[in-house]
Amino acid sequence: MIERSPFFDALTYFAMFLGLVIVVLPFWIVIVAASQSLQEVSRVPISLLPSDQLWINLQEAWTRADLGPKMVNSFIVAIGVTVGKITLAAMSAFAIVFFNFRARMICFWLIFITLMLPLEVRIVPTYSIAANALLPFQVILDTFGITWLVQQMSGVQIALNWNLLNSHAGLILPLVATATGTFLYRQFFMTIPDELAEASKMDGASAMEFFWDVLIPLSRTNMLALATIMFVGSWNSYLWPLLITTDRANFGTVVMQLKALIPNMNGTPDWNVTMAGALIIMLPPLLVVAFMQRWFVRGLISRDK
Amino acid sequence: MERRAVYRNKVLPWLLIGPQLILVLVFFYWPTSQALYWAFTLEQPWGGGNAWAGFDNFLYIFRDNRYWATVLRSAFYALAATGLSMLVALTLASFVDRALKGTKLFQSVFIWPYAIAAPAAGVAFRFIFSPEAGLIGGINTIWPGIWDPATNAAHALAMVIICHAWLGIGYNFVFFLAALQMIPKSLSEAGAMDGARPFRRLMDLQLPLIAPTAFFLLIMNIISSFTDSFGLIDTMTEGGPIGQTEVMVYKIYIDGFKGLDYSGAAAQSIILMLLVISLTFVQFKWVERRVHYN
Amino acid sequence: MSQISIRAVKKVYQKNEVIHGVDAEIEAGEFVVILGPSGCGKSTLLRMIAGLEEISAGEIAIGDRVVNKLEPRERGCAMVFQNYALYPHMTVRQNIGYSLKVAKMPKAAREERVMKVAKAVSLEPYLDRRPGELSGGQRQRVAMARAMVREPKVFLFDEPFSNLDAKLRVAMRAEVRNLHRSLGVTSVFVTHDQTEAMTLADRLIIMNAGVVEQIGRPSEVYHHPASRFVADFIGSPAMNLINGWFGEDGNFRHGKGGMIHLPAIAGQLTGRDIALGVRPESVRRVAAGTKGALNAVVDYIEELGAARLIYADTDGSRIVAVDNGNDPLGTGMPIHLAIADADLHLFDNTTGRRIETRAGQRAANNQLATA
Repeated sequence: MIERSPFFDALTYFAMFLGLVIVVLPFWIVIVAASQSLQEVSRVPISLLPSDQLWINLQEAWTRADLGPKMVNSFIVAIGVTVGKITLAAMSAFAIVFFNFRARMICFWLIFITLMLPLEVRIVPTYSIAANALLPFQVILDTFGITWLVQQMSGVQIALNWNLLNSHAGLILPLVATATGTFLYRQFFMTIPDELAEASKMDGASAMEFFWDVLIPLSRTNMLALATIMFVGSWNSYLWPLLITTDRANFGTVVMQLKALIPNMNGTPDWNVTMAGALIIMLPPLLVVAFMQRWFVRGLISRDK
Repeated sequence: MERRAVYRNKVLPWLLIGPQLILVLVFFYWPTSQALYWAFTLEQPWGGGNAWAGFDNFLYIFRDNRYWATVLRSAFYALAATGLSMLVALTLASFVDRALKGTKLFQSVFIWPYAIAAPAAGVAFRFIFSPEAGLIGGINTIWPGIWDPATNAAHALAMVIICHAWLGIGYNFVFFLAALQMIPKSLSEAGAMDGARPFRRLMDLQLPLIAPTAFFLLIMNIISSFTDSFGLIDTMTEGGPIGQTEVMVYKIYIDGFKGLDYSGAAAQSIILMLLVISLTFVQFKWVERRVHYN
Repeated sequence: MSQISIRAVKKVYQKNEVIHGVDAEIEAGEFVVILGPSGCGKSTLLRMIAGLEEISAGEIAIGDRVVNKLEPRERGCAMVFQNYALYPHMTVRQNIGYSLKVAKMPKAAREERVMKVAKAVSLEPYLDRRPGELSGGQRQRVAMARAMVREPKVFLFDEPFSNLDAKLRVAMRAEVRNLHRSLGVTSVFVTHDQTEAMTLADRLIIMNAGVVEQIGRPSEVYHHPASRFVADFIGSPAMNLINGWFGEDGNFRHGKGGMIHLPAIAGQLTGRDIALGVRPESVRRVAAGTKGALNAVVDYIEELGAARLIYADTDGSRIVAVDNGNDPLGTGMPIHLAIADADLHLFDNTTGRRIETRAGQRAANNQLATA
């Protein structure tokens, strides 16, 4: 900071305060509206002072949108994606960075091309696999005549079928099948000096011992960053759950319930309940980001490189 | 991959990388090739498999004025939301970069929008911008009917774009701030010694130096305007009034899953995928050049 | 029986041969230093002994086992790395004990061994710190302790002191020497620093561009360099090497018409492209008119404190002399230099190898007898 003029300092604070209003106002309105009664929330424009109905509205939203089981589903999905992605990413990045095997570069590109296309962009094709996730293998077996061969020999017809509609696996797996985490881990592993791996070799450690005893502890920060990004991303995913879940009662996630909370055109405009629901739904990822901020920021940045 | 790879093993790397490869094959490559197949075929109305359609599906789309309107709208949406969001984030980041007392508090709050689900923000902003409730609706009590996103397409689109820009502030802010903090202090000091005022320095020194980050964000934002827009539009306008806020992903969803026109939706998907791939490619090229600079 | 045998070892990187067939025998308990400029292949050779690089051709045996196909952990070597390569997330105690933990040694025994080694390198007060909280010298000690704890048959050092400042380097050198004396473990030490090499080594392996130039004791290498490269590389200030050839008249011709009368040596060397070598400390200043003295003109003087270096020009060839005098000398002043025949080294510029002369041989023998 070079200029020390009080005017410029004041301007800085003013600008930051304005930014604070821009960023916080929507949150504030959600909280305020969620704490008001129906009459209060129907006032136009809305009063910016909170009222005392918060708990009642939260309960109403919770039961109306059946948020209990949906919360469970959302947590299953978010944690499943987070854990799955971190595990797979660390493993595959380890293979790509620290092993010398023939198809290394091919594997590298096969995985990294997936960075280019987010799930939402290829939603139609991805949906096509949901009815039977094993279809690719069936086709492979069919093309190579293995199905026919097995049927001739044993009379058993191979029919691989794994329906992902209305299942947690269906909600989780497609979100795990992208390379963001692998990329992050690769970037980190590339910064590990070769000598560290060699030192562990001299100490008699095998590849997996090096992975467990050295790489995993060293990548803790990156792991936290990745966990934050993945948790937020999967909790907030919307389009895919919407498609894969027809049985909302059992497999719906909280984010899918938002739309159900919006007042009908001709119904009661009870936005207070809507906002209470929105508050409940946005809270978990917000808390995660707030608590993990330090690591998460570092993780986001290293994605840039 | 400049590292001397240090382990040799025939089986282990495949065990490590296998699960990811299988997932990528099943959920990325297979479906993508499947989409290509659909895009070039047409499902027969009486069943009996798909008939080869060549470029018919694409030609059909290209002849559809509504599709072109959607593309134009998507482009406008992408640029407006991106520009707005990046501008706000950059302004905030450059003030936060001065590191005055108490900045940390502002800094942590500015990241919050990143955590919010698009549909959740959509619901909140729908209330805020509602003509007969919330905050902005207040002006209707003074001038009745002046604000009505339910029937006015421009209002509806503006509302969605503002919400999208707000959602992006957190992400953009983090990157801009990091880029600004990467610039050595001595550079700003040298600029100050040369007599440049803060705004001049921002324009002449800092902006050129963070140009790579800005470009990276531009691409990321444009791509996110394709992806995150679905949650917003579905909760705020459902594409209405009369399809006037449909963007590409939303139209694919409507045509494919509501209209059950898989071939058309697949062809649209292919176009969108090509678009996103070329954007990413431009970015990779840029990153390469950037490495060259350093 | 030697502890390490290196037989016709080659290293090829992507069709690019970087080590062209190295042979060397290292005796049990010996401290051998591999010395050479950067890129000469010395680290690669060490890493092949360690098992970190594959051996492209030839074989390496440790003890009586050929180790070409063995994993590093099966070779009984321990290594100290240039950048220490300590595990940043482990304490000093864990760093030292990691190899024992991997080998599944019980905790109590492990603890005891770690304590013993930590004591030997005076690290006891730092056992619960992380490497990041240690000074360069302390990290270096941890790296050594980590190597010692396994009680290996062979110690390998890969330029371990190159990140230390000059003073610490001297101290660590003494420490390594003491450790070697007390443990008596066969050691191979790679460095590009000749002082380090000369002071530590029982024997030197001098490498250049992927070949061994000379193997020998430090004094042998210094007084009897086997090649022009070794002559030039060992010794500071470097040996004077004057290019020229012997004429029929027994004169060595060099520079711009310079002539040195050396009838005793000239003999069968007539016409060959030769470098005449003499160490600066063997060049003496003599009074004007001394028989056989070279006339030279001072270019400049480098004051070293105890002595000074005279950079002079004799008929277009540069010659450096160590001088103990303190008479005023300046650029352009004439001086007279004498060199004893016995101090001369001759090198064939075409092959780079040493040419034995009777006088030189005798001198070398004298030196070796006294060394």
